Amino acid sequence: MKAIIRVENLIHTYGAGTPFCRNAVNGVNMEIYEGEFLGVIGHTGSGKSTLIQHLNGLLKPTSGAVYLGDRDIWAEPKKIREVRFRVGLVFQYPEYQLFEETVYKDIAFGPKNMGLETAEIDRRVRTSAAFVGLGEDMLEKSPFDLSGGQKRRVAIAGVIAMEPEVLILDEPSAGLDPAGRKGLLENIQAYHREKGTTVVMVSHSMDEVAENVDRIVVLANAGVVMSGTPHEVFSRAQELMDVGLNVPQVTQVAMELVRRGVDIDPAVYTVPDLRRALAALKGGRT
Amino acid sequence: MAEIIKTENLTFSYPADEGQEPVQALKGVDLSIEKGSFVVVLGHNGSGKSTLAKHMNAVLLPSGGKVWVAEMDTTREDLLLEIRRQVGMVFQNPDNQIVANVVEEDVAFGPENLGVPTLELQKRVSAALQAVGMDEFSLHAPHHLSGGQKQRIAIAGVIAMEPACIVLDESTAMLDPCGRREVLDTVRRLNREKGITIVLITHHMDEAAMADRVVVMDNGRAVMDGPPEKILVRVEELRAIGLAAPHTVELLYGLREDGFDVPLGALQVEACAKAIAESL
Amino acid sequence: MLKDITLGQYFPGDSLAHRLDPRTKLILTVIYIVTLFCAKSFVSYGVVAALLVTGVKISGVAPKALVKGLKPILFIVCFTAALNLLYTPGDVLVSLWIFKITTQGIFTAFFMVLRITMLIMGTFLLTYTTSPIALTDGLETLLGPLKKIRVPVHELAMIMSIALRFIPTLIEETDKIMSAQKARGADFESGNIFQRAKALVPILVPLFISAFRRADELAVAMECRCYHGGEGRTKLHVLRYQARDYLVLLAYLAVLAIVLILARFGL
Repeated sequence: MKAIIRVENLIHTYGAGTPFCRNAVNGVNMEIYEGEFLGVIGHTGSGKSTLIQHLNGLLKPTSGAVYLGDRDIWAEPKKIREVRFRVGLVFQYPEYQLFEETVYKDIAFGPKNMGLETAEIDRRVRTSAAFVGLGEDMLEKSPFDLSGGQKRRVAIAGVIAMEPEVLILDEPSAGLDPAGRKGLLENIQAYHREKGTTVVMVSHSMDEVAENVDRIVVLANAGVVMSGTPHEVFSRAQELMDVGLNVPQVTQVAMELVRRGVDIDPAVYTVPDLRRALAALKGGRT
Repeated sequence: MAEIIKTENLTFSYPADEGQEPVQALKGVDLSIEKGSFVVVLGHNGSGKSTLAKHMNAVLLPSGGKVWVAEMDTTREDLLLEIRRQVGMVFQNPDNQIVANVVEEDVAFGPENLGVPTLELQKRVSAALQAVGMDEFSLHAPHHLSGGQKQRIAIAGVIAMEPACIVLDESTAMLDPCGRREVLDTVRRLNREKGITIVLITHHMDEAAMADRVVVMDNGRAVMDGPPEKILVRVEELRAIGLAAPHTVELLYGLREDGFDVPLGALQVEACAKAIAESL
Repeated sequence: MLKDITLGQYFPGDSLAHRLDPRTKLILTVIYIVTLFCAKSFVSYGVVAALLVTGVKISGVAPKALVKGLKPILFIVCFTAALNLLYTPGDVLVSLWIFKITTQGIFTAFFMVLRITMLIMGTFLLTYTTSPIALTDGLETLLGPLKKIRVPVHELAMIMSIALRFIPTLIEETDKIMSAQKARGADFESGNIFQRAKALVPILVPLFISAFRRADELAVAMECRCYHGGEGRTKLHVLRYQARDYLVLLAYLAVLAIVLILARFGL
């Protein structure tokens, strides 16, 4: 697998030289592979927000480096905007950044900043709106007349419209109700599948990560403590709990079953998988 | 048992823009909430659950029907302060409900408005901060606290008014799992130890599992009402109105399709695992 | 970044100056200003300067911080000094083109500079040793009697304290919106002044919308906590004068008396 982003010994210090000085990110090494759907997990204060703002050059490392392809993104500081077009970052509660009169114009803000032709901007606005499930009839509305969930979709479309090689989403489903969550995650999944774009999703919901990603990176205390497939990560349940995280509810049930002497894999993490495992077990017994 | 809140055929419409039909958010809700109970109100966005909550301490007044708080009609303006003292409200965004620059000053805000004398105020503030486990933060600036801590300060601010009931209007929606746990543990303790009635509005199904009673709202009506182990197991119905049963129930539901003899109402992880192990 | 800006120039501490009642400090500042304006000679200025130095010493505020605070008004100080220097009539010392510098002019300019800097430093001493909240509280209590003539003292104090409470929140929010727009390629650093002003629209619009939303929600939250104006409100902390307040007040009044007596004797 080829790495599209590589983070090397990244350290970021806030408030250097003041009594409040602290390392929000302390010696992080990690890779993001081309075309993968990566989940980044960590509780508040684990350094995940600081880390992702380094990936598109919004923050500059205190020391260490971030490589996009083979190039250090800070090799030419004047071209840092190019990096932001190639690595799209959707912030938490992105609906609070909308400002234009119409949905169309707001989505077009990024592509316009890239200096694209009107026809190309138009194409991108329409395709990205379609990806997040916004109909054509929405485009001429004011973003402030939409519901919370729709506003969030507009904001995500605004980043997708830059057609970044890597799309990073910070807590995309925070505050949405179950149906809203499910719908939005399905849209993101479809986008990942159809465009083949690398997607990084930051979340603190274990269930959400378990159901969507190929690989997980776990952050705690300003560093990476674990990375691997969901199965690998959830099989180290005790270590996760030690850093204040949990495993998905299904895994908790599986672990409790193992404790009760049932012979199944304790790291299974989806309802269908556990059902299958239990059915197989029962079939074997009778 | 006596009821603290009672609604009778409650309807409410938000005023509409010119030339448009007013949107009816509540279409006849009859609900009575008993003193000392822990009630969770579930519903998707736009189901009317927040509108209902805002009627519980006269932030909104009924378009039709009646709401009583401790037997006081909420439309009686002369009783407004007493109604709001009896039923305290904690909102969704922790930043937008903290008034003061110092934690203890913020907790004192409610009772100050009620004219509680200074000596008594100091006692109430320290008792309220202790009740939410934030006593060591009494002199901190609120904007340096975490989301969960801010919500606990907001709860303390309500407790300092010595209410009979606390309504939490999606107060956990913006919190991370740690913050949610902090808030839920706090309200559960207040309910058990001080007998304060809790009405928790949420769309997190797992929060419903710890309630005495679950009310499900959909399209301006209360469509289900009962103990969690009776409500959260109605998998198909919940799905149909945009909610999802907890994973434990989804699993048990699936296992029953596979021919396992398991009950659906084992909501908690341990009970669920026990039921499965016994059926093997 | 924006976060680094320190607002309200309060330096926390535990000196006598910090522990004085905020009302006392407000009154002291007024007495100090009056004294300063009564001073007419080197001797009386010396007395006021001694008072200022003692105040600074007691407060433990670094003199450097006081001097640094003068920077923004440096221009005004120089400007008034120049005006006084050039336009005071009297015995001509030097004559340059149309400007005449007089002995009286030099003295007036000198005293003017002294007066302004000492005035500013004295008020800084107040804000450096009093937290904005205490200051608001002190003002509200001191101006309390004005309520009788329908001055909305409580409302003004409430507005001030809510503003103080929300400043850090809004700064954080501005930072966040800026980052989000930068992530979409917004450019705040290049272009001429018009382009830069236009580039602020994507920050200001969301910021205003959010501020209004916050105001709306806060108003409801306050009403839910039984807020109904200042009437009948009690306070968690009631300001109470201590012995030290009276003593310091006496000391300041003594200095004022000395300066007045000196002025009487033409000093």
